[in-house]
Order: sequence, then structure tokens, then C-alpha cells
Amino acid sequence: TETTVRFNFLRCKLGLVTFFQGSVKMATSESASLSKAVKQQYMDLPQGDKVQAMYIWIDGTGEGLRCKTRTLDSEPKAIDDLPEWNFDGSSTYQSEGSNSDMYLIPAAMFRDPFRKDPNKLVLCEVLKYNRKPAETNLRRMCKKIMEMVENQVPWFGMEQEYTILGTDGHPFGWPSNGFPGPQGPYYCGVGADKAYGRDIVEAHYRACLYAGVQICGTNAEVMPAQWEFQVGPCEGINMGDHLWAARFILHRVCEDFGVVASFDPKPIPGNWNGAGCHTNFSTKEMREDGGLRAIEESIEKLGKRHRYHICAYDPKGGLDNARRLTGHHETSNIHEFSAGVANRGASIRIPRSVGQDKKGYFEDRRPSANCDPYAVTEAMIRTCLLSEVGEEPTEYSK
Amino acid sequence: MATSESASLSKTVKQHYMDLSQGDKVQAMYIWIDGTGEGLRCKTRTLDSEPKNIDDLPEWNFDGSSTYQSEGSNSDMYLIPAAMFRDPFRKDPNKLVLCEVLKYNRKPTETNLRLMCKKIMEMVENQVPWFGMEQEYTILGTDGHPFGWPSNGFPGPQGPYYCGVGADKAYGRDIVEAHYRACLYAGVMICGTNAEVMPAQWEFQVGPCEGINMGDHLWAARFILHRVCEDFGVVASFDPKPIPGNWNGAGCHTNFSTKEMREDGGLRGIEDSIEKLGRRHCYHIRAYDPKGGLDNARRLTGHHETSNIHEFSAGVANRGASIRIPRSVGQDKKGYFEDRRPSANCDPYAVTEALIRTCLLSEEGEEPKEYSK
Repeated sequence: TETTVRFNFLRCKLGLVTFFQGSVKMATSESASLSKAVKQQYMDLPQGDKVQAMYIWIDGTGEGLRCKTRTLDSEPKAIDDLPEWNFDGSSTYQSEGSNSDMYLIPAAMFRDPFRKDPNKLVLCEVLKYNRKPAETNLRRMCKKIMEMVENQVPWFGMEQEYTILGTDGHPFGWPSNGFPGPQGPYYCGVGADKAYGRDIVEAHYRACLYAGVQICGTNAEVMPAQWEFQVGPCEGINMGDHLWAARFILHRVCEDFGVVASFDPKPIPGNWNGAGCHTNFSTKEMREDGGLRAIEESIEKLGKRHRYHICAYDPKGGLDNARRLTGHHETSNIHEFSAGVANRGASIRIPRSVGQDKKGYFEDRRPSANCDPYAVTEAMIRTCLLSEVGEEPTEYSK
Repeated sequence: MATSESASLSKTVKQHYMDLSQGDKVQAMYIWIDGTGEGLRCKTRTLDSEPKNIDDLPEWNFDGSSTYQSEGSNSDMYLIPAAMFRDPFRKDPNKLVLCEVLKYNRKPTETNLRLMCKKIMEMVENQVPWFGMEQEYTILGTDGHPFGWPSNGFPGPQGPYYCGVGADKAYGRDIVEAHYRACLYAGVMICGTNAEVMPAQWEFQVGPCEGINMGDHLWAARFILHRVCEDFGVVASFDPKPIPGNWNGAGCHTNFSTKEMREDGGLRGIEDSIEKLGRRHCYHIRAYDPKGGLDNARRLTGHHETSNIHEFSAGVANRGASIRIPRSVGQDKKGYFEDRRPSANCDPYAVTEALIRTCLLSEEGEEPKEYSK
């Protein structure tokens, strides 16, 4: 009631408010202006014993997420309680219409922060009609590789950068026919002239915590309307699972607010930062006393396999990253491999504290914001722990 | 601009009134299908106590001349309660009551297809027929334009919207979420939802339902959808081809099985049924939309994952065929099959009755058989 009163006051006194509302409304979707009070009344209805399970999968682009829901008769307690399902792959760039059934295999389950308990989000692997993994199902192989090095206890932390766009495709909060002031004041900024869209970040953080996603931090980024969240530390296959779940939750939160999250690695050309997914990595050995030696060994192996990693670090074999990794804006040049302590212009950065403690982890700054975390983490294991060399991944039997 | 004036009435004010206790009195909303065979109507009466089952609900009547169902000079029509659900709008103890309509002479009206459907279902009870129907629909603004579409243009081409997430992919998810919960509360057998290929198009699935329940639950789910959309100030359309050209139509794919088909070796029962259906294509096409096939003619073109209206076809995992056998069924050699021909605005009583007549009662030819009693 107070908000209604205030709104009406402003409407009478200013008249400009209608204009202001109009220009802000333009960047957000029509869905966002549907009544949330009405929706809440429906969402408060009890659902008896029935449970809604939203199955989520990666589509044929290797970047897009899709979802559909089914009713279950009771709350699933573990991933094995969730049945296999299928979908029409011809509508997701994954198969032909004449033979379009594809399988959804539940892989990781989370609490649903949108429909709340007892409902679930279920991240799935996709199999083709012949039960072989779909082209963009990179989880299958990643899991095999992770199982091979279980005893080394590999931990990952990924720093997911992204840009909030309006439904017109323009960065959220930017003037519709121009640019904000140059970068400088926005990184970790506060204030309406510095931080654009914090509501999304706050909502996403809480939603991830509720869901059980290992979100460990957030910050505003260098470009206005650009943000970052970090997921980890996660062991093995969990890194990919938790990052994809966090991405789905971000898309869904943005949808509710009527804006769009973009993982494009260079959304605005020119003197504006790109968006990456810096990947932090360590093994049990690296985390223990004297671990720096293992870190340096890994970096040496990575230095000999730069192109293989660049191929794995975005969904287009390096083409997306080519727009981002220029050597400027705190990136390394895509053609050169480099490493250094506390050096943000290098491919690999060793944090200063790690250099001092002589143990810890290191940061690979090359992955693109739209990378597949299964591909990235798998590549790191293959090169650093399985000591692979050359342009192709090694095939292991079984 | 695209939502109704009603939607901007104060929901806080409304909530204050809806929170008022109602003593022992119960509100029962009687729902029926009007003369178009597609439209739903409703009116409410107060009861002195909560009805526990359908027999506790009295017969009622209404003015059929206002619903395209009778002449003004002889307009009283009867409402016969048929299926009862919890009311997700007024909440417990209030009820939604789906009704059959009888004419002044107590014969079923032209669009009361439930009466005959029920008779047919009773004849094959022992075969335990199960149905699941996939209801597609489009959300429109009150201006008749699909919700979320630019007012003077089109969204980007189909591809990213099916099962999509994000404000640029999914238009109107609030409606879908609200509808799902309302159906669960009401006791409607809703078993899933997904975003469809065209933006602002969605699908929900109802089932598995046995016999007459399929029609009852689907009509109840449709009523709830209209009512939810009304609360949000938008409109649900079951038109089978709302936007001409390179935009998907809306169907009501109907999944069907009997006890025999679901048991080991059931694939043979499935193949027998499909063979019978292949010989009676025109009869089914007439039953699968309220205009004897004219509505579906705009939708079943052979493109956009439909079969051509003039040809009957069947295939495993083939979404361009009239009948699709799911891949898992082909492998397990038992299960169910999917008839992809029914239009989104079909009458589920007509569709399920036609499937029983052809597949289980082995009827042939253009006309339904008459059975005595």
C-alpha cells in the first residue's frame, strides 16, 4: 500500500515518472510485468504428495540450456530415484525430425529455488537414439577422466563472468543510444552510477545457496552491467555440475526480472572488458607443503599444449575466445602462452600468496565465459595429471 | 498494453476479501461446454455444506439461448454434475464441478460428447484403456497478438524457444507455473509442462487417465488455464494455427494404451490398432477438431512436425507421422502409441471415444456404430 501511495504521489507531482517507467520498461520483458502478487497466490497452493522435477540439459549449441518438468508421486531422495526421460532433439539442434527421440539421464540433483521444496532441479546427460552420448554431452568423458585421477583429489574453482543485457540486446542500464563513462569506477563498485543490476546478483546468490550449489562469492566487474560469481571448491565432476546448475539458475533469475544473462566472451567490441571463466586448480599434492613444485610442473606441461587447451576453452574451438584474448584488458594474447606470479596479463597466474607459501593452487585465465566446464576441467586433468601431449586427447580403454 | 484492465485491479484488496471466513457455506462453481464445442462457461451456487462426492451435488440449469445452445423461447438447459475438483481460486472447501448439459427434453446437447463417450468407455472397461494428452496452447495479449512478441513485428525464428530458459526465450512462464500448481491443488492429473517451439507457446500434459477421466481432467485443466490467464490479464488460445507461415501450430497429441499393450508382447496389440486406424483416417480427422477437420486443415501441413492431413502414416520415433511409436516402446516391445493428429481445440471426449471405437471395438467406415442399451 505504501508503494502504491508513493507511486501515485509521484505520478501526480512529476508526470515524468510515466516517461521514466516507460524507458526502463523497454529493456525488460513483458513477462516481467505480469503480476507477481497473483503468481504468489498460486505458488502458495499446497501440492499434496506430488513433486515437480525440472529436467535440465545442454542443447546442440553446447552453450544453450533447455528444461521441462514432470510430476513425481513422491520426493526423490537421491539421483537414483529419478527416472530416465526423453525429448525431441530435432527442436534443440540435436537430431533430425524423422529420428528425434533423445534420452535424458539424471546426473545431479538440486533443490528448486523457484518452486521451492520438495521440488527439484535435475541436471541431465543427453544420449542419442543409440544410447551414445550426444555431441555436446561432454560430461560423459569428463566423468571417466575424473575417475581415473580420483586419488589425487583434484579441486576446481571457476570464476564465471557474465553481462546483463536488456531484451533489446543492449547492456542493462547503459544509455539506449550511447555508452557509459569509461571503465575505472565500476569494478566492485557501489552506487546507482556504478553498479547496474545488483538485484539479479543478490537474487542469484541466494537461489544458489538454497539450491545447494557451491557458490563462494560475487563481485561487480570492470565493465558496467558485467558481474562475476565464483563456484567452488568442487572436486572432480562436481565442478561442471555445479557451474552448469549455477548458469541455469542465473538464466532463470534473469528471466524473472525480465533481463538476459549473456556469456558472450566479448559482448561489446573496443575498449570494454571481455568475459572469461578463470579456472583455479589444485591437487592434494599441490595443496600440501612443497606443493609449488607440482604447480610449476603442471604449468610447464600446459605451456607445451597451448593450442589443445585453447580448442577446449570455448564451444567454437577457439573462435569465440579470439575476440576476447587480445593481450589487453587483463587477458593474455591467444597466440602466446605465458605464466607468472600475480600477473593478470598472463595465461596462467600464480597467486602471490601461493608464491609465498610455496603451496596452494594456480589460475588458468584462458577459458571463455561460455566455455563448457566439463571440457575445461577434463583438459586440465589430461594435460597436468595424465601428462598427455599433442593436439589430440588420448584414448583410454574401458 | 497487452494485459487486461482487470489484471491491474488491486490484488491486495482482493486478498483481504478472500481471507474472510465463510462459515459452513460452500461455493460450487458449475462448469460446462457451450454450443461452440470449445468454449467453457461457469456459474456459482452456494451450498450449505461441503459436498464429499459427486452425488452430493444437485442438478442445476441455465439459459442456453445465451450460450449458442438453444432458442430463447425454450431455453432452459440442465446441468448434470459429472466430475468434482478442489477449487484452486477460492480454495477449500469450495469446488469446481464439471457438468454435462442436457436439453429441455433431457437428451444430450449437440456439444455434450461426454454422454456417448462414457457409454463407449464402459463397454471396454475390462481392457483398462489409459490415455495421456499433450495440450499445446498459445498465450495471447488482450490485443490478440502472441504475448511478448513485438507489437509491430515478429520474434527471431524458431529454434531457441523449445524448452528454453531466459527472458529472450520463454514468454509468460508465470502462467505455466501458476497453472501447474493450481492443477495439482485441484486434483487434476497434470504430469508435466514444457515450453514449445513457437515463442509464447506452451504445453502441459494430463494423464495417465483411465476411460472417461481423460476428458474430465483435460477439460478441468483447460478451465483452470483460462481462469489463471484471466487473473494475469492475458488469454489462452487453443487455435491450432494461431500464426500462419513458418510458425508451429498447436496440437493435442494423444497417447493411448490398453492393459494388453502395456504387458509383455504388447507391441502386437499396438500394431493391430495402428493398422485399424490407418483404414479409418477420415473418420478420425473429423473427430479430432470441433469443425470436422476444417480447423486442423490449417495445421496438418506435413511441415512443422505434423503429418499431412490427407495422408495416414506411422513410424517409430517419427514426429512427421500421424502415429508415432516412441523409441523405447519399439525396444521394449510393449507400451503405448501416440496419435499426433488431434488439434489443440479438440474435444477429448470425441478423441478418446474415436480411439476406442476403432482400435478396441474394431469399427470401420465413416460412421460410428450404434449399440443398443
